[in-house]
Amino acid sequence: MKHTLSVLVENKPGVLARIAGLFSRRGFNIDSLAVGITEDPDVSRMTITVDAAEHPIEQVTKQLHKLINVIKITDLDPERTVARELSLVKVSTDAKTRGEVMQIAEIFRARILDVGKKSLTIEVTGTTGKIEALEQLLRPHGVVEIVRTGRVAIERGGK
Amino acid sequence: MKGSEIIIESLKAAGVDTIFGLPGGMVIPLYDALYDSDLRHILVRHEQGAAHMADGYARATGRTGVCVATSGPGATNLVTGIANAYMDSTPMIAITGQARSDLIGTDAFQEADITGITEPIVKHSYLIKRTEDIPRVFKEAFYIASTGRPGPVVIDIPSDMQLEDIGYKPAGRLNLPGYKPTLKGNMKQIRSAATAIAAAERPVIYAGGGVITAGAEKELLALAKLMKIPVTTTLMGLGAFPENNDLSLGMLGMHGTGYANYAVTHCDLLLGVGARFDDRVTGKIATFARGAKKIHIDMDPAEISKNVPIDIPIVGDARDVLGGIVAELRKLKRRPKQTAAWMDQVIAWKQKHPLHYKDFKGSIMPQYVIEEINRISKSDAILCTDVGQHQMWSCLFYTHIKPRHFISSGGLGTMGFGFPAAIGAKVGRPDKIVIDIAGDGSFQMNIQELATAVCYDIPVVVCILNNGFLGMVRQWQELFWNKRYSDTVISCQPDFAAVAEAYGALGMTITDKKDVSDAIRTAIKARRPAVLDFHVRAEENVFPMVPAGKSIDEMIGGHRT
Ligand SMILES: Cc1ncc(C[n+]2csc(CCOP(=O)(O)OP(=O)(O)O)c2C)c(N)n1
Ligand SMILES: [Mg+2]
Repeated sequence: MKHTLSVLVENKPGVLARIAGLFSRRGFNIDSLAVGITEDPDVSRMTITVDAAEHPIEQVTKQLHKLINVIKITDLDPERTVARELSLVKVSTDAKTRGEVMQIAEIFRARILDVGKKSLTIEVTGTTGKIEALEQLLRPHGVVEIVRTGRVAIERGGK
Repeated sequence: MKGSEIIIESLKAAGVDTIFGLPGGMVIPLYDALYDSDLRHILVRHEQGAAHMADGYARATGRTGVCVATSGPGATNLVTGIANAYMDSTPMIAITGQARSDLIGTDAFQEADITGITEPIVKHSYLIKRTEDIPRVFKEAFYIASTGRPGPVVIDIPSDMQLEDIGYKPAGRLNLPGYKPTLKGNMKQIRSAATAIAAAERPVIYAGGGVITAGAEKELLALAKLMKIPVTTTLMGLGAFPENNDLSLGMLGMHGTGYANYAVTHCDLLLGVGARFDDRVTGKIATFARGAKKIHIDMDPAEISKNVPIDIPIVGDARDVLGGIVAELRKLKRRPKQTAAWMDQVIAWKQKHPLHYKDFKGSIMPQYVIEEINRISKSDAILCTDVGQHQMWSCLFYTHIKPRHFISSGGLGTMGFGFPAAIGAKVGRPDKIVIDIAGDGSFQMNIQELATAVCYDIPVVVCILNNGFLGMVRQWQELFWNKRYSDTVISCQPDFAAVAEAYGALGMTITDKKDVSDAIRTAIKARRPAVLDFHVRAEENVFPMVPAGKSIDEMIGGHRT
């Protein structure tokens, strides 16, 4: 099962390197990673997706906790969490296929960012599932390039 | 005040009186400030020696050890010592010079990314970017290194930060939002542990280095005595429980005693405290204490259930938790005679499988040398070791009765550790007899520190168990690789006594058993650095031994079956 860890860290140099290093030397795989500032400029948030089938999630979080710069770790409950990713997809199109591709994009509420002679760039936001579904549908048209962010997630309601 | 002077002030604020190091371009300002200070600096001959000295000093005294090196090669020479301190949870500060801050990242002369290089082997590290951060960084570093589960902290300081002249403001209050070690054990867990211990019929305590770090030996002894529980220790735990007590089982694991390994295998309750269920201890993990309910007390939550699933985990300081368990057990006021049969069994194992070795006429047996050191020092010396067979004999044939009196590289198994660690221990504990049991291979990995010992008149006694082999590897080759002694014969051995004399130390070669004890006595009495080169039986093996991957009750050799 995939776990999404929301990790608050001190906003200091080298923190990302320490976390990345810890995952690699303990043999934990990072599925996705997103880093950004928070409402507090001294604190950053890392949203890390890991596959807990491969590694006991408890070991991952305990090891993370040992890093001095890690302040708080929340293993987000998928039932109570809203998660999003963003993907930019460049699809090869010509005059004939452009319409069809734009239709697919519209169904997914994706935006057209750029239209070129031979390609079209689409921006889509959503869950991993939605993004993958769109990518699947676009593939037959010839996907030139995909640029995807890591997952970001937040708990519903509450404080 | 210059950054370099602020460093000295910060060290003093942390209570440091002695540091070990060697200068170079990027720490000249620091050494210049040292020149005028009353801090004691021990100049080493190789930075690895400085790191191990700081480590030995810390283990012998319980205080944080400090080592210093210049940037680049000086810093990288510390790496083995830092890794060693990390694996054995030694509180240590490693200060390194760094290229000028405006040159970092340009492959400047002697630039090495030491915080990057050491990232996997430190508890924490700092690259100082502003001179005014020095007091805060030092305060945090000492706090982090010495509290919780201790470990090494690296502080990398660019040369311009050492030179900059600013006002000195002592560090303010610590602010480490991500670092709050749990000291007090959870009461509910302590109670369930007490209940489980009271109900056990075949209990065993398995104690590690964490007991010594926490200073919990009294509480451990109280618990063992109260409930009549036999105690086995890891290599790091030697001295946490007095081996002259009837409840002692000695060391367990790959080269543990037969009775310790049998007791752990057959117990119904295993209380692990300050130990980490390392593979050298557990052998085949599936069968380790297979029928036992397991309690684990540790400072580091990540150690709990890391290797072996635990029934009752208790995170906290070993002293606090053991004290709590004893108090609970006293309240329970139940002391059934239910462990009597178990103790009979343990005694029977001790009688049936005592540690022993065969005496070969005309040879000095390495075990005998250890026994003699034990006898002459009345088990009261600080014993340091290198790594190999001599290390295991030091574990087995010396009676470890006091904490902080056995200093050995457990987790990393660093050849070359023993001698500099002994120097550090003697600097920290000048009142004690300090003996380094060395291998003829290991000693040569930091033999240059003879100069340091002589120069500062640090009278450690090095006892080389010279078998002419990289003995421990040879033993594996003998037992598991058809006696194909590939590169384990140490040919071209120097005359160690002559080398010692050349450095200005006392050197002796001992080839006859009848001269062993006189040599030890003479060296101790000499009150100057001494090297005793004992030519011991070459192809002697360390037994018992649990072959790799076997259960710990599947021992070979050395104990009568
Ligand atoms: C730095 C380092 N290199 C290699 C090893 C592997 N090793 C472990 S024990 C050993 C033999 C040590 O020989 P010696 O110091 O003579 O001790 P003996 O086993 O003969 O008592 C070796 C090479 C090690 N532990 N550390
Ligand atoms: Mg040898």
